[in-house]
Amino acid sequence: MSIEAKNITKKFGNFTALDHVDLKIPSGELVALLGPSGSGKTTLLRIIAGLEFADSGTILFNGEDTTHRTARDRRVGFVFQHYALFRHMTVFENIAFGLKVRPRNVRPSKEQIQAKVHELLRLIQLKNLAGRYPSQLSGGQRQRVALARALAVEPSVLLLDEPFGSLDAKVRLELRRWLRQLHDEVHITSVFVTHDQEEALEVSDRVAVMNEGRIEQVGSPDEVYHHPITPFVYNFLGNVNLFHGRIDEETPAIHEAATGDLVYVRPHLLEIQRQPNGGSDFRAVIKHINSAGPLVKIEALSEWGAPVQVELSQEKFRELQLAKEETVFIIPKELKVFQKKAV
Amino acid sequence: MGTAIPLSTRSLLPSRRIATAATSESALVRWSLMGIAVLFLAVFIFLPLAIVFSQAFAKGMGVYWASLRQPDALSAIRLTLLAAGIAVPLNLVFGVAAAWAIAKFEFVGKSLLITLIDLPFSVSPVVSGLIYVLLFGLQGLLGPWLARHDLHIIFAVPGIVLATIFVTFPFVARELIPLLQAQGQEEEEAALALGASGWHTFFRVSLPNIKWGLVYGVILCNARAMGEFGAVSVVSGHIRGRTNTMPLHIEILYNEYRFSAAFAVASLLALLALTTLLVKTVVEWRARRQRAESARWDEEGQIA
Repeated sequence: MSIEAKNITKKFGNFTALDHVDLKIPSGELVALLGPSGSGKTTLLRIIAGLEFADSGTILFNGEDTTHRTARDRRVGFVFQHYALFRHMTVFENIAFGLKVRPRNVRPSKEQIQAKVHELLRLIQLKNLAGRYPSQLSGGQRQRVALARALAVEPSVLLLDEPFGSLDAKVRLELRRWLRQLHDEVHITSVFVTHDQEEALEVSDRVAVMNEGRIEQVGSPDEVYHHPITPFVYNFLGNVNLFHGRIDEETPAIHEAATGDLVYVRPHLLEIQRQPNGGSDFRAVIKHINSAGPLVKIEALSEWGAPVQVELSQEKFRELQLAKEETVFIIPKELKVFQKKAV
Repeated sequence: MGTAIPLSTRSLLPSRRIATAATSESALVRWSLMGIAVLFLAVFIFLPLAIVFSQAFAKGMGVYWASLRQPDALSAIRLTLLAAGIAVPLNLVFGVAAAWAIAKFEFVGKSLLITLIDLPFSVSPVVSGLIYVLLFGLQGLLGPWLARHDLHIIFAVPGIVLATIFVTFPFVARELIPLLQAQGQEEEEAALALGASGWHTFFRVSLPNIKWGLVYGVILCNARAMGEFGAVSVVSGHIRGRTNTMPLHIEILYNEYRFSAAFAVASLLALLALTTLLVKTVVEWRARRQRAESARWDEEGQIA
């Protein structure tokens, strides 16, 4: 089922959470709403779910106006950041809840419910924990139960609010791969909210980057990462060096002389050399080296006193044999310039 | 803190220990703290309780039973049960509704409502009783109208019930408000999103979560309803066999130097307190055991 948000505005007192937001989500896609906290992403998700109502604007499901329908009538699966499992019910009862509360004429039989729950327990790989209470599960297990519970009612849309937000790094990685896999199998239109750019880029088909109640850019992970259309998107999707400077017509060079343009370079798109090449390079002094990890992270101070982050491969690092307090020359391989007025 | 062990040894200690090595005190401090607590309980709780029962049975079982079966005593017991039987269910409904409104919604006058709920706690029971006398008494605001229609509230059963409701209405609400506030509404939202109706959500999700707070609030409410003296005393008029509740009956017996009879009825009230405590402990223990059992089941793989 496709989802469309048209011109959605939502205010909480004086705070504008969403400011005329438009978003189209095609059927079957897995879309990430990415943004810092307070950017309105969770509010948008809750409005799509019907847990919150917009001050103005419309929500369409498959082209049909659902703006005034409640969460109960929209038939969405919603997964909460803190799981929101029913704590006095077992895992089995939690998953079966959505089926058990159906009106009698559409309620499946006991056997059907049992079969459905067991199928879902198999899917989330928690078959032998059916009788446990949520308090007896780990965070990752709880989140999987919450997902199974949402899927039990066979929703037409799955909405996830920071689904991996309160899990530790390792479980997080595992679960988000699993979610991706699950989506490839089930193909249900899904929207998930996250503030983690890596998560958004890795899991989703498309990313909507949000900032201060507006959508800055919507596109495939590849698109938003390589072709950001606003400084915010570039900044938010990965580490970045920001220079205030000017760029020459011909050569991509950073000058200290400020015209006010913003020049962005990702740390891995800076090259370090021992000798000046007389063109686009600038001088810098190495201040800190962190070689633990796949890439070597170097912090340097540019000739005009700005901190610069550079990422090198381990090979390149060994080849150069860099040391602290050494003076080197840094060449930007790729720059992204935003004119002052674009900011 | 002279005996403090480095924190790293903490994980080696059995998890059952409550105090960690770093925060535990010397034996002297521990024993004197426990001693003070036990002594206090003994002097102020156990001793009076023991005296109530020993005085009640001082003249033997025969006198004990006789004083309970006396018509005035039976009528007092009936009236107390009636007042509590009306006040507790009403305050249960009111308490849940008020706590729900306060914890889950934002509205104008919310802090006023909270203050009003607390009013019976801050007002002396005598004043609470007096309020009704001033309202419904013969010289009161509505008195003449009531008299014309032959309705008796003051010095009659309705007044006692009203006074009891008034002094006991904070218990359930006060117990539930912090509980509901701490829980937030995510579980309710989850239930709604899963297609549950408002009633389903309340009875299957919200109510089970506040069950223990509710039981506790009702127990406190009931204990106070049966034990209330001041407010009821003002509106009752002390008509023997008609408007005396158990506490009022005890006072009359005591003032007439019928100590054994007074303590016999008092022992019933004390017994009520002990029973409610026992019920609460048993219910909680069973809930805990049920949880432990289901965990064991999984480990043995019996459900899979």
